[in-house]
Amino acid sequence: MIRVTNLYKSFRSQQVLKGVNLEFATGKITTIVGTSGCGKTVLLKHLNALFLPDSGEVSINGVDITQLRQDDLYEIRSKFGVLFQGAALLDSMTVFDNVAFPLREKTKTSESDVKKKVDERLEQVGLGAMGGKFPAELSGGMKKRAGLARALIMDPEIVLFDEPTTGLDPVLATSIHQLIARTHAAFGFTGVVVSHTIPQVFEISDYVAMLAGGVIEEISPPAVFSKSQNPVVQQFIHGRTEGPIHVL
Amino acid sequence: MISFLGRVGRFAQEQIAGMGRMFSFFMSSIFLAFRPPAKIYLIIYHIKTIGVDSLSVVALSGFFTGMVMGFQGYYSLRKFNAESWLGSVTALGLLRELGPVLSAFMVTGRTGSAMAAELGTMRATEQLDALDSMAINPIKYLVSPRIIASLIAMPLLTAIFDVVGIFGSYLVGVTLLGVSSGSFFAGMENAIVFHDVYSGFIKSISFGLIITWICCYKGFHAPPMATGVSQATTESVVLSFVFILVWDYFLTSIML
Repeated sequence: MIRVTNLYKSFRSQQVLKGVNLEFATGKITTIVGTSGCGKTVLLKHLNALFLPDSGEVSINGVDITQLRQDDLYEIRSKFGVLFQGAALLDSMTVFDNVAFPLREKTKTSESDVKKKVDERLEQVGLGAMGGKFPAELSGGMKKRAGLARALIMDPEIVLFDEPTTGLDPVLATSIHQLIARTHAAFGFTGVVVSHTIPQVFEISDYVAMLAGGVIEEISPPAVFSKSQNPVVQQFIHGRTEGPIHVL
Repeated sequence: MISFLGRVGRFAQEQIAGMGRMFSFFMSSIFLAFRPPAKIYLIIYHIKTIGVDSLSVVALSGFFTGMVMGFQGYYSLRKFNAESWLGSVTALGLLRELGPVLSAFMVTGRTGSAMAAELGTMRATEQLDALDSMAINPIKYLVSPRIIASLIAMPLLTAIFDVVGIFGSYLVGVTLLGVSSGSFFAGMENAIVFHDVYSGFIKSISFGLIITWICCYKGFHAPPMATGVSQATTESVVLSFVFILVWDYFLTSIML
């Protein structure tokens, strides 16, 4: 169980998170939606302590990770897989080596087992023949798939997806959503997705949380969320420029 | 007046905090460099990028520096009828000062800037965050092997710079200007003591440390955008040059 309690974060004079309270159900996919620049990625990066809050708590199975020493934090982080916005593949390595990287660095798995497991993950994300390519030779969608294969290689309990479909065409976006749903069904991880691809992302979500003005405005299952009477949610879902969300 | 003092105070606070971060980065890199498991394959790879890949530019600059020293030394020494001291003057200058400093400048320009740009790009494309999120310490993985590699590669590059420089000076002094070959080498043999070699060796090691520390720090903390990477690259080179010269002064005053 991931629990965020009263989380505050600011960068210089700009306060981004103003008291976020949120719980992520174990084994379910929760999607955080909100306008661009509202702090979704900042919130996501607090979940594995890539960002530390000004105040507040982020607890994983009852352990407040904001107070941990680095070695203990790394222990907790090995439960996580992260798919970054731009996939964040190490560009000096091939796709195969990128996916194998956590296994080689963090475990004593034999090279034959590494190959078997990496090939299996690459097959699962539809990149079976792409292992020898470098990230620069891949399309945006392929990079996301390779990033997902790397995020899943250590069989993580929790997977964070930072805007997994941003910059992709609708067909590719749907295929990435299907891939997330398929891998979730196969591995049963707790998923946290940051996205503003609505309503498509609702199809893979068990819960949808709306972040606006630095706080969680609403969290509910997608069917309830889309019928919410909350004016902030309504404005966001219908893409209106007038309403409580200030548009520049 | 109060707001002016406030701004000065904030500026001073930011500078002190920045220095603290740099020092903490340095200590972490050193500590993690000697914490097992050692990344031998990465150390070897970075010895290649710092050492082997800088070899041609270091050798070339050493050769021409030696030749210039041959001309300038001959011109100066001839005024005192002391041309036969050309070998010793050149060798002392190269071993104690020009070898370590100029080869450090070459490595800063050739490899240090590349380190800052590479790490800055990794910051901008979230590759450093990716390492951190995989529970792999990016300082241990990216900086510590470079630190060890620079400690090994820099003295070797400096030694090559010295030897090639002396050869350049020999070519100009003996072959072009007619200084006796015997007096060139005999003067060198008489004037050079182990301390001269040793002080150059200590300087080159510490310059290697300075280059890797500053360039990696600047790359690590580059603002995540194109201009941030270019700014970090420029700052890393300029700051390395300044640190090398300041540190050189202190070491020279201690080891003279």
